[in-house]
Amino acid sequence: MSTQPRSATLDRLTAMAGWLAAAAIVAAFGWLVFDIVRHGASEVSWTFLTAEPADAGRAGGIGTVLVSTLLILGVCLAIAVPLGLGTAVWLSEFARPCSWRVTAIRWSLDLLASVPSIVFGLFGMVVFCQMLRLGFSIAAGGLTLGCMILPLVVQTTYAGLQSVPNELRAGAAALAISRASTLRHLLLPAALHGVVVGVMLGLGRAAAETAALIFTSGYVTRMPESLLDSGRTASVHIYDLAMNVPRGEARAYATAAVLLLTLLLINVAATVLADRWLQRQTARSFR
Amino acid sequence: MKPSRSNSWSDPDRRLELALRAAASVSGCVVLLIVLFVLWQALPALRDIGLPRFVADADWRPTSDTQPQFGMLPMLAGSGLVTLGAVLLATPLAVFSAVLVEFYVPRSVAWLLRRLLELLNGVPSVVFGFWGLVVVVPLINAWQPPGQSLLAGVLVLSLMLIPTIALSAAVALRDDAGDLARSAAALGLDRGAVVWSLAVPRASRGIGGGVLLGAARAVGETMAVVIVCGNIVQVPASLFDPVRTITANIAMEMSYATAGHRSVLFATGLLLILVTGFLVAASRLLSRRGARA
Repeated sequence: MSTQPRSATLDRLTAMAGWLAAAAIVAAFGWLVFDIVRHGASEVSWTFLTAEPADAGRAGGIGTVLVSTLLILGVCLAIAVPLGLGTAVWLSEFARPCSWRVTAIRWSLDLLASVPSIVFGLFGMVVFCQMLRLGFSIAAGGLTLGCMILPLVVQTTYAGLQSVPNELRAGAAALAISRASTLRHLLLPAALHGVVVGVMLGLGRAAAETAALIFTSGYVTRMPESLLDSGRTASVHIYDLAMNVPRGEARAYATAAVLLLTLLLINVAATVLADRWLQRQTARSFR
Repeated sequence: MKPSRSNSWSDPDRRLELALRAAASVSGCVVLLIVLFVLWQALPALRDIGLPRFVADADWRPTSDTQPQFGMLPMLAGSGLVTLGAVLLATPLAVFSAVLVEFYVPRSVAWLLRRLLELLNGVPSVVFGFWGLVVVVPLINAWQPPGQSLLAGVLVLSLMLIPTIALSAAVALRDDAGDLARSAAALGLDRGAVVWSLAVPRASRGIGGGVLLGAARAVGETMAVVIVCGNIVQVPASLFDPVRTITANIAMEMSYATAGHRSVLFATGLLLILVTGFLVAASRLLSRRGARA
């Protein structure tokens, strides 16, 4: 290592570069949030949140868009949560670690997480819209998003199960409690936080998605009457207003403000939950 | 903790195991199905047009009746340049802020910065794109018109990559080098020297893994680039020229594509899967070996 003065300079330069980088990131993030909220908040009102879009979205509100968004998210969770939960429980509690099947499933989930969202859109269009004959619909969009957030749900649920102390499993086995009841009455309640955090993060990811939906759930702004109707989500609405509707900016700002604040809220809540859960666990292990 | 194989089918535990294994198998098959279906739809293009024409054709005129042309070079250049630019811009910012978070600030500030990066990760790409369109593009336009350009894409995308790279780098610095760095500090070694000659080299594989993960995200990103890059099919001559990426090309043309054109778009989707899959696999291998070393 070098002499003291040069090192001290290096230390100071590193600190300075670090602060500059962090300041640039915070400034850009602050700029984004501030700009969206400042321009969008003035447009947001109860009428805006409940009315149907009019004049290609330039007037009216986003009521029907929000209904479609919630329905698509509902379908998405209905498919991703049971499948993801089952997968995580099997990987964590039943499978032999390091067997070929476990390795294959883990790698395939890692790769699934890396598939670009536009490719999920292509896949959903072929399989759900055309082969399963769902057409451009809320069901097809929700199923596509369900495939997309599956790795996230598996990962967090698995982490939750792994953090449950092994004494619980050993104790239950010693008492000859069946594995099904051990799972239902001991392991899942203890891992509930992981499941909840995973579902919230998945929800945030799904609500943020646009590219996977433009070819699967479509652009229709009418109030959906069934899951087989087409409906656009808030993020697709922003995309359409920004790209295809001249002078659509004001309403795009307002929709972006609603979406952004909702997602920040969901993510903060998920983080706080995960933190509190982590604290409780460390408290338990040091007791 | 494996259930005994001698159990009969009526045993509820055995049935539960089977049901869960079925769920896991289905989850494991999704990515395979995606590859197979996209490949199936891309086959006509791969068979009838062939890979060489994607780079050899001079133009992109997929809908021409008389002489369709499928030159993908401008889109390949667009995706490659946007990704390269965004990674080059995001990496130093991300690594320096990760060093700051791990070694230079009190825990409360580090906690705050980490949470902020996580929140930045949750911002929808369409919101990044819209912000780019109303804020970044007009600024570039005032300097070098038209504004919707390679540069706009690089700027917006780099902001989107920073959380991915910075969070991976912070984890690598803590897990691979945290203990050693603390020991070195206890021995009275200078912090700057410890960071650059000890911590960063030891964490370099993990940091590299984060960069590859960021690159994968950049290649697959659609919404932000389709909104801010201008989508003109051309190999850009400067940072201020509009470009169209592979992802933007799919997003813009799939809605009216038929037959051969559609199949070509699926072939480009297959290319996206291969590139991102390769980057993510490389990232995993790199980070994993780093953690073991």
